[in-house]
Amino acid sequence: MSLDPATVRRIAKLARIRVEDSQLPQLQAELNGILGWIEQLNEVDVDGVEPLSGGAQMALKLREDAVTDGGIVEQVLANAPDRAGDFYAVPKVVE
Amino acid sequence: MFSLTLAGARAALRRRDFSARELTAAYLGAIEALNPKLNAFITVTSELALRQADAADTALARGEAENLTGIPLAIKDLFCTEGVRTTAGGRILAPFVPPYESTVTANLLRDGAVFLGKANLDEFAMGSSNMTSAFGPVTNPWTRPGDASPLVPGGSSGGSAAAVAARLALGATATDTGGSIRQPASFCGIAGIKPTYGRCSRWGIVAFASSLDQAGPVARTVEDCAILLGSMAGHDPKDSTSADRPVPDFAAACQRGVKGLRIGVPREYRSDDMPPEIEALWQQGLAWLREAGAETVDVSLPHTKYGLATYYIVAPAEASSNLARYDGVRFGARTEGADLTEMYESTRAAGFGAEVRRRILIGTYVLSAGYYDAYYLRAQKVRALILRDFTEVFARVDALLTPTAPSAAFAQGERMDDPVKMYLNDVFTVPANMSGIPGLSVPAGLDAQGLPLGLQVLGKPFDEETVFAVGAALERAAGFTALPSLRAGG
Repeated sequence: MSLDPATVRRIAKLARIRVEDSQLPQLQAELNGILGWIEQLNEVDVDGVEPLSGGAQMALKLREDAVTDGGIVEQVLANAPDRAGDFYAVPKVVE
Repeated sequence: MFSLTLAGARAALRRRDFSARELTAAYLGAIEALNPKLNAFITVTSELALRQADAADTALARGEAENLTGIPLAIKDLFCTEGVRTTAGGRILAPFVPPYESTVTANLLRDGAVFLGKANLDEFAMGSSNMTSAFGPVTNPWTRPGDASPLVPGGSSGGSAAAVAARLALGATATDTGGSIRQPASFCGIAGIKPTYGRCSRWGIVAFASSLDQAGPVARTVEDCAILLGSMAGHDPKDSTSADRPVPDFAAACQRGVKGLRIGVPREYRSDDMPPEIEALWQQGLAWLREAGAETVDVSLPHTKYGLATYYIVAPAEASSNLARYDGVRFGARTEGADLTEMYESTRAAGFGAEVRRRILIGTYVLSAGYYDAYYLRAQKVRALILRDFTEVFARVDALLTPTAPSAAFAQGERMDDPVKMYLNDVFTVPANMSGIPGLSVPAGLDAQGLPLGLQVLGKPFDEETVFAVGAALERAAGFTALPSLRAGG
């Protein structure tokens, strides 16, 4: 399966990464190179195989559903590129 | 001082042969002298290191030595360190100063370690050469005799490995998602272990592919790695995938020997285009283990050849999800835009390098509607088959021996024209990540150009002790004493 420029643009949109028109051809070639190489998995017989999602060969532990910290507004906001009072600030979404 | 291993320096500190401050100051001086050439550190925390060293001296004077009291380490810049900038090698995190400490580094501090600074790496740990770092490539302290062209240290933990090899630190933290501890260890002539998935907490480590990422140490010797892992490992309630089981005495396991062990030799790791020196070193390693009393057995891991392709679906898929958090809102760099969507798209276009962008796009595609089953679900099924291969083989053998990487270190700029060519570096290391099993790289010999080559020991889940026993036996037999041309202490 080969990606056309419109598909590359759609993927970039889904990933929220701006791609310039001038970058499209090279990106398309690279992605198609990788996807073409990945196609080799189609030769593996996976009938009846249960998918494996994780590397942990154990049951995940549950912990108490309890508040363990809080009241650290300044620490939470310390790395914010923009803030308004105790909130993150972003470009206006609703007029 | 620079010729001491971590274990040797620890003994010397406890004897008060020199102070922790003297040791740390010597390493900071070495960094100042050599880091401009190697670029192994992104950030050097001299003042903090000296304060930690003074605290170590106070503890030592009281006879309160912990596992790592006064030992200067480099910390891969993927581990969040409280109050110390943590970049993950990327532009987008360049302004990020974590308000918290990762569990692994907190464990090291609990045990008295001194942090010299933050080690360079491929951007978001995505790469096998350290060429993708936004803070510039790392240079391998090894060079080919009579050839000054700079070589890569491997990746993604290239700064960690180069710092240890050049004697700018006694050990370093590293992480391994597809080979990022073991391949740079092999390229730089040092030891490095990726423990079993779940052995070390991932809390506070910048996430790449969460079902594959695992922290581990790199150091000059197998025993030094065992000492470091003993402090790094342990259950953490903040990481639900961290294993709630006791941490064994890994250092003691290094002395066990291999008498009576069965060592598997997976035939699928042999290929026609493998350099003859690597094949010869592998055979030599097997002979060493037999001489030490082990039995070697041919085994088969039939899905080995599909490991890399599976990895390049699973890892980008998880990465595309993990890296969605870099949106210019809560932390990291922002590039302004007219509206929210434009701000996201500009921030991420400016913030991510070419390799990270490629992997996010591949991951987004394989998870997108209509393609999920064909790519991601199929990859997860092949992943199950890779694990099944290992489970079946480990019913018959105690450990496996393979080469770590298909080549020695290559020159900076090589293999950059085709992403797949770079991915092939990890062909022998990726299966351990797909299956979660531990893998250790041991420096075992030099190639014809005088560059180090590593052998990889793979073990059963949570049986790092056998892995250390086999690795230490190989190390004793190999007697690897060669040193890189660029190093502190002459």
